[in-house]
Amino acid sequence: MIFITVGTDSPFNRMIKIIDHWAKENNREDIFAQIGDTDWSPSYIKYSKFLDPAEFAEKLSQADYIVSHAGMGTILTALKWQKPILVFPRRASLGEQRNEHQLATANKLLSMEKINVAFEADELKTKLNNLSSLQSKGNIGEYASPSLISCIQNFINPSDKSKGK
Amino acid sequence: MESSSSKKKKVVAISSGGGHWVQLNRLRPAFDDCDLTFATVKESYRDEIEGANFTVIPDSNRSNKFKLLKSAVGILLTLLKIRPDVVISTGAAPGYFAVRIGKLLGAKTIWVDSIANAEVLSLSGQKAGKHVDLWLTQWPHLAKKGGPEYVGNVL
Repeated sequence: MIFITVGTDSPFNRMIKIIDHWAKENNREDIFAQIGDTDWSPSYIKYSKFLDPAEFAEKLSQADYIVSHAGMGTILTALKWQKPILVFPRRASLGEQRNEHQLATANKLLSMEKINVAFEADELKTKLNNLSSLQSKGNIGEYASPSLISCIQNFINPSDKSKGK
Repeated sequence: MESSSSKKKKVVAISSGGGHWVQLNRLRPAFDDCDLTFATVKESYRDEIEGANFTVIPDSNRSNKFKLLKSAVGILLTLLKIRPDVVISTGAAPGYFAVRIGKLLGAKTIWVDSIANAEVLSLSGQKAGKHVDLWLTQWPHLAKKGGPEYVGNVL
């Protein structure tokens, strides 16, 4: 199953339209999309506007591949579950977000080899055709890097050494 | 192990939904010895946290002034009730209010700027940063003298 998600903030019809069209052309019945709050609806793929956290987790665990906007919630969750993820960044230049932070983050995470990215519509279609070759880029575990955790820990309890009194 | 819970630091970890919330949860081990309350904008997130307190605050973003005000009041009431020693946030607007109000109430404050801001700091982070006690970015190239610092990320 391919799980598509646009996150909770706003719809991303440009991406869903490309995928809906691609699914129809290729007779793909194994697609489920979370599309956000939008009046438009896909003609071919199964969808829901929103999923509660339990439903989201269920779809994600069932998914062989995830295709999503470059939202960190989805990216982090996919990495944690070691699911292959293809990211299609929203564009501020097309009015899809406030600034180009999804583009910037996608570029950075791509260079760190954490995610797969399609920047343009044609690239998205090509990468959808080759989805079966997509690999999970890693396992980030359950929690943040130990250095970040311990920095916060030490800040909260600076007197740790004298603990136990 | 601490025997008395009264000695544990009271921590409020607060964020808006989606990616900010996922990042906040990835910091969980940092609060192991604390009396922890998660505050966020969706009741449905309650099931994701075990062993911590949970409270819902009104959501807000910069485009709606009334919602901002409602959110700030909700956060103020929450913090007055809990009286935390530490307030920590990953963003966005609710986190900004929480660290500002928390500071006024005498809490130590931490801002972990979202990893989604790889090119420039988040707007809420730029505003909150100067006022918090520990100001962190998750990207080394965004760290600078006077803050924010880079010490790691949620990956």
